Amino acid sequence: MNELIRLRGIHKFYGDFHALKGINLTIRKGEFFSLLGPSGCGKTTLLRTIAGFEDPTEGTLSIDGRDMRRVPANERPTNMVFQSYAIFPHLSVAENVGFGLRKDPRSKDEKTRAVGRALEMVGLAGYGTRRATALSGGQRQRVALARALILEPKVLLLDEPLSALDKKMREQMQVELIRLQRHVGITFILVTHDQEEALVMSDRIAVMFEGEIGQLADPETLYRRPVSKKVASFIGMMNFLDGRVTAEGPSIAVEVAGLGRCEVPAEQAPGGISAGAITVGIRPETLAILYEGETTDRRVVDGVVDEVVYYGDMTYYDVRVDGVEKPLTISMKNLIGRPVLDVGAATRVVWDARSLVLLAG
Amino acid sequence: MTLRFYAVAYLIFLYAPIALLPIFAFNDGTIIAFPLQGFTTQWFGELRTTPALHEAVKNSLIIAVSSAVIATLLGICAARAGQMETFPGKGGVIGFIMLPLVLPEIIVAVSLLVVIVRVMGLPLGNWTIILAHVLICMPFCIAVLNGAFAGLDKSMEEAAMDLGQSRWGAFRLVTLPLIAPGIVSSLLISFTISLDEFIIAFFLSGNSPTMPVYIWGLLRFPEKLPVVMALGTILVALSIVLLTIAETMRRRGLRRAGLKDTGGFL
Repeated sequence: MNELIRLRGIHKFYGDFHALKGINLTIRKGEFFSLLGPSGCGKTTLLRTIAGFEDPTEGTLSIDGRDMRRVPANERPTNMVFQSYAIFPHLSVAENVGFGLRKDPRSKDEKTRAVGRALEMVGLAGYGTRRATALSGGQRQRVALARALILEPKVLLLDEPLSALDKKMREQMQVELIRLQRHVGITFILVTHDQEEALVMSDRIAVMFEGEIGQLADPETLYRRPVSKKVASFIGMMNFLDGRVTAEGPSIAVEVAGLGRCEVPAEQAPGGISAGAITVGIRPETLAILYEGETTDRRVVDGVVDEVVYYGDMTYYDVRVDGVEKPLTISMKNLIGRPVLDVGAATRVVWDARSLVLLAG
Repeated sequence: MTLRFYAVAYLIFLYAPIALLPIFAFNDGTIIAFPLQGFTTQWFGELRTTPALHEAVKNSLIIAVSSAVIATLLGICAARAGQMETFPGKGGVIGFIMLPLVLPEIIVAVSLLVVIVRVMGLPLGNWTIILAHVLICMPFCIAVLNGAFAGLDKSMEEAAMDLGQSRWGAFRLVTLPLIAPGIVSSLLISFTISLDEFIIAFFLSGNSPTMPVYIWGLLRFPEKLPVVMALGTILVALSIVLLTIAETMRRRGLRRAGLKDTGGFL
């Protein structure tokens, strides 16, 4: 693999606060990489370390084979889109976008054309003479993108770039960012606390908790094979049940509280487990409610509907099952002929051993 | 209702004497008393033909401009440093700089006089007044500039550096233009403070006095009183104009930074 950024043993202390605890990470050329985590997990600190705004207390960082120690932000092959966009309010849109070209030896005409191309790329052709302060949030975001990309950096750093936008605009910008990244082929590193955003946009995601990387994987692996309870509960929704391993090997025998005994392949315990008490995770969409008249060859368990949350296209049911501590959350598509059940309705829940994730602890 | 009446009465009591300045400045009589004698611009004319006054005005302008520039430059440095997360002794240093705000001017004047004349054995002159005026103007400059800096998104400077500028380049190209209204405001306020400051100037001026000191000297000659009134009228007008510009600039700065006005300084 074509590696571009290599972080080795990065530690960062703010006084007594240990913000980054020995981060090892390799980011590839041309990938869309996300740093995902709750606020305060160190993801922004890590991004700012790559940008050169923070010096690691310990550890090495190299970009494209070059050691970045004592290389200031203005000499690194990285550019950043700030959370606040940091659009210069005293300059026009074109002056903002062309700001990075001030030290460029090219002629004025060439620079003007470069600014025009950059604005066109982000869909703001013709906006050059406007005042930056007269733009909407989404437009500012585009100006910030054009301004960072005009320098053709090796890495584009995005610090929660979509968090200030409303839902519709955010979804639109997600798609545009993916398209833009494929178009320019530059490595994007996105910092976000929004797991959905990370899943939608990234080639690979590093989930961070308290200054450490909890899991590094592609979106599907991260969703289907989380290595810990922490990762599993941060990414999407997950039911957690008590379980007990009775036999280990290529196929693991588990006793799941409320559901019964089953065998699952070892790859469904991606974080590794040991014999004894474990946690069993099940995604809501891998469970199903068996309606009147429907049959299944999968395993079924009886339950009572405890709560119903209607989403339009989906309905989320909380179903109480004997022997399971918390009601199981089940998401069902609202297909034709499937009435929304009432609270208190007796129902049957279909489950499948193939969708279980075995987690330590 | 009664409260409003008291408030109005209070304001009249405070500001009526100032209104008397222009009235008697244009009064054709050497005695400051009603009834008024008639309209004249004689006193303003006399201002132009008094060389000692010109000398005093020149001194005052030199002092006020120098103090304003030096205090603002130092104020920019201090306010910028004050924006930093922290540095050793930050609280103490900023508190120390703001101290002259609550220090009686007479104390500043006397202690500087002692230090300069007795301890250092240096002659008094405009520079000694500039020194002291910088000291008393600094807190005001910092108060104004702090507002300008506080309204600044920290990412702005970082963005400029990210786009290839050095620390200085980022400050010059981004921070400075954004705080420019605050700088103008700071210059004008310290200019005004220095221009009509009396106590320090009185203690520390050498042979040639500043304008306020010169005015005070004139008061000993009753026949000169209308001239003082004329001079005072000009000074009041000038102060109002300068402070209005300063406040306008401060508000413009806030607007530019996209902030709500939080009361302000004036």
